[in-house]
Amino acid sequence: MIGGDWSWERAYEAIPLLWDGFKITLLATLLGFLIAAALGLVIAIIRETAPRLIATPVRAASEFVRLTPLVVQLLFAYSLLPQFSALQIGVTVLGIHYSSYMAEVYRGGIEAVPKGQWEAARALSLPPHRTWRAVILPQVIRSSLPALGNNAVSMFKDTPFLFTITVVELVSAAQQFGAAKFQYLEAITLAGLFFLLASYPTSVFIRRLEKRLAY
Amino acid sequence: MIKFDKVVKRYGNHVVLDSLDFTVGRGEKVTLIGPSGSGKTTILRLLMTLETISDGVIWVEGDPLTHEKRNGKLVPAREKHLRTVRKKIGMVFQQFNLFPNMSVMENITEAPIHVLGKTADEARARARDLLDVVGLADKADAHPSQLSGGQQQRVAIARCCAMDPQVMLLDEVTSALDPELVDDVLEVLRNIAKTTDITMLIVTHEMRFAKDVSDRVLMFDAGKIVEEGPPDQIFTDPRNERTKAFLKAVL
Repeated sequence: MIGGDWSWERAYEAIPLLWDGFKITLLATLLGFLIAAALGLVIAIIRETAPRLIATPVRAASEFVRLTPLVVQLLFAYSLLPQFSALQIGVTVLGIHYSSYMAEVYRGGIEAVPKGQWEAARALSLPPHRTWRAVILPQVIRSSLPALGNNAVSMFKDTPFLFTITVVELVSAAQQFGAAKFQYLEAITLAGLFFLLASYPTSVFIRRLEKRLAY
Repeated sequence: MIKFDKVVKRYGNHVVLDSLDFTVGRGEKVTLIGPSGSGKTTILRLLMTLETISDGVIWVEGDPLTHEKRNGKLVPAREKHLRTVRKKIGMVFQQFNLFPNMSVMENITEAPIHVLGKTADEARARARDLLDVVGLADKADAHPSQLSGGQQQRVAIARCCAMDPQVMLLDEVTSALDPELVDDVLEVLRNIAKTTDITMLIVTHEMRFAKDVSDRVLMFDAGKIVEEGPPDQIFTDPRNERTKAFLKAVL
């Protein structure tokens, strides 16, 4: 019967393949997050400080990325740049896509820093780079942390889209296994469990970090 | 030391300071009083270059503060020039504005290390001395959020002094404090005023404090100085009607 018959044996058999896929998912999330967190910060700072001639195009590009679907961006980059591997493209596009969300988060954080902080830094003659590094950014990162964490988890859950450009991550590994066995139930269930096992500790970790960084 | 030369500050059509002239001598302690909106705080903010000047020139020790000389003409200063002249001036704010992400020690040593180029050891030694002066020697490792408003303000005073400014601007430094915390802060400032030759410009509603520390009081109304004189005269024998009315309301 093709349907709901759960087989422990099949589930067990699926694990090694899923584990390989899971490693790709984690790798893509981690690298993508690093790109998104760093690039997002650069975009936010440019938008807040650069002259309009630079800030406006950066803003337009970032909005464009944010308002078009990830899948379209993946397929577009994949067909445009055949010299790169699917995983390289996937990680980069994921990072760039999420950088536009991160930039919004950081921007909110920058604007939430009280005006008095800037004035105090100015009254102490702190040069701009020091003002940003020592005064503003620590406060921005502190207040952005919950939203950055949420973005990290969303990004993690968006990694299955990499399957559209042939990256064998967790879900496509599950699908391959299911297709070979004509039974998807075990592999897909396990894939879901893998996701949960990674997302849950991440969100707990972020909550802890938030508490530790409180002042 | 400080000279305001026909200084004008406008916000749109609203004139805050109207062709203002006054000078403050080296080491002089001058208190600015007057109703809110009379432009007192704007004067401090102009000196700290937190506001741009609409017209006129401010001179600090013979150097134009907001302008620089180029080809014999005065042109609006660039950020680099501002950063140099700003080092002579320090400010303590109504809302303290301590950096919440730093410890008390870091708040005080940040600028001496990164602006004056002191070593961390020098800066820390000086900070400890200053914390002693403001009576918070045991709070070096605390964070601002762990301190009362009065303690935060005393740290802010120490932070300002750590830069060895020639001019100290005090912008309603006790207005945000609970009444019982005001005295400690004023005591610290009285001490600094009496024991150093730092030039002070003080905006305050604490008339007793103004009387104690200032050499001269300027009464402002609608962006102009309507009366000035030594505190004894201003507070006991005001001549201008506006001053009389104002003092009657606040004393």
